[in-house]
Amino acid sequence: MEINFEHHQSAHCENGVVSNLMRHQGFDISEPMVFGIGSGLLFCYIPFLKVNHAPAITYRAMPGFIFNRFAKRVGVEFKRKKFKSHQQAKEELDFNLKKNNPVGLQVGVYHLSYFPDEYRFHFNAHNLVVYGRKGDRYLISDPVMEKVTTLSEKELEKVRFAKGAFAPKGHLYYPVSFPKKLELNNAIVKGIKQTCRDMLAPVPYVGVKGIKTVANLIRKWYKRKGVKTANHYLGQIVRMQEEIGTGGGGFRYIYAAFLQEACKQLGNSELQKLSEEMTQIGDSWRDFAVDASRVYKNRATKTSVDLYEDLAQQLEAIAIKEELFFKKLKKAI
Amino acid sequence: MKKEEVPQDNGYLVKGSFRELCYAVDKDGNYVTEHTTGWTPKTIALSNAIDEINERVEKAKQKVLANQSSPIEYFMEVNKMDVSILASYVGMWNWQVKRHFKPLVFKKLKLKTLQKYAEVFEITTEELTQMAY
Repeated sequence: MEINFEHHQSAHCENGVVSNLMRHQGFDISEPMVFGIGSGLLFCYIPFLKVNHAPAITYRAMPGFIFNRFAKRVGVEFKRKKFKSHQQAKEELDFNLKKNNPVGLQVGVYHLSYFPDEYRFHFNAHNLVVYGRKGDRYLISDPVMEKVTTLSEKELEKVRFAKGAFAPKGHLYYPVSFPKKLELNNAIVKGIKQTCRDMLAPVPYVGVKGIKTVANLIRKWYKRKGVKTANHYLGQIVRMQEEIGTGGGGFRYIYAAFLQEACKQLGNSELQKLSEEMTQIGDSWRDFAVDASRVYKNRATKTSVDLYEDLAQQLEAIAIKEELFFKKLKKAI
Repeated sequence: MKKEEVPQDNGYLVKGSFRELCYAVDKDGNYVTEHTTGWTPKTIALSNAIDEINERVEKAKQKVLANQSSPIEYFMEVNKMDVSILASYVGMWNWQVKRHFKPLVFKKLKLKTLQKYAEVFEITTEELTQMAY
């Protein structure tokens, strides 16, 4: 069986799955729209969560949050289920496919056979859509891939029951009820307000303050932990910023695209100017990545101390830009 | 980022077979999507991360050869795991897994426990006990 499902590649998996499932139901919602309404943009430094032996730094909201907020704000109801039994998880999936209902799944990346090797880390918050089954292979629409792909029954079971942080536990979801007409305007305003609140939060690890904290840490890491670890951490900042799914510049470009769309939707011309400003902020993040890569290119060789100072100052400049930006955005809406 | 500036640096690890989507601005200032084949700063960061893992694997191997650790630690590193991830896969506590790193404890492990580890690492119990490098 195969459901007639249109696959669109997206930058990020969570937005992509929501956008693809909505389009399947006849609602034309773009990826940036999902990201913006779900308040996806963020900066957060999480020292106690180690990813690949370095502290986690994220440029977006926690997995699942974008999705939940989007659904709530536009009034779409999703059915979601987690499973203890592998058998039940499979039966529920097959049952939905038989009903011609494509479903979203949360999966772990490590065992995804079609992913390139260097992306296969133990990261459990990836999302994809299953839209049918041929023989013993499930038909997969993975939003970060250019084309649709397949997984065997065994492979799918493995990725659905990956273990570790954010273990998916077979998590499966699909939309069940829709409002007659999507109320986007209110949802956009709510989404923007929350992003402004998060980015300007008075918490040292979150938003603008979080960027400043990390800038300071760049000054200290090489003293405290040695050059090699400092460069490893620096590489981590850039990897998280440019990781598959970010659309470049730590999600800043996707957000700029959202602001442009919101400008047309709300008829608020101020948002177009702000979209351009956000694009420039994205460019600053990329400039930072270029300079950082010159430092971590040599993993253990001692680089001049000035370089770390320079990177820290660049990040602080970005923090100031973002602070001004979100204050303006808050006023504009 | 302008559409023409979307990097096409051919991440040498993926060899251009895997194209990601980027958001960029076209000539008229409208946001569009554009494929990217990779970007050097990111490729360096990724390949460094992989070198780091390979070093950890090598270090674990030397530890096992010197009888300071058990093959479980080696295969954990090969599978890019850390103790807490491995513990959740085999359904044990972190301290239990760490204890199984001790060569003396490892030698006395029951077949059932070994099977659990072997299954997670996708190898046979023989491969686990007589670690082939």
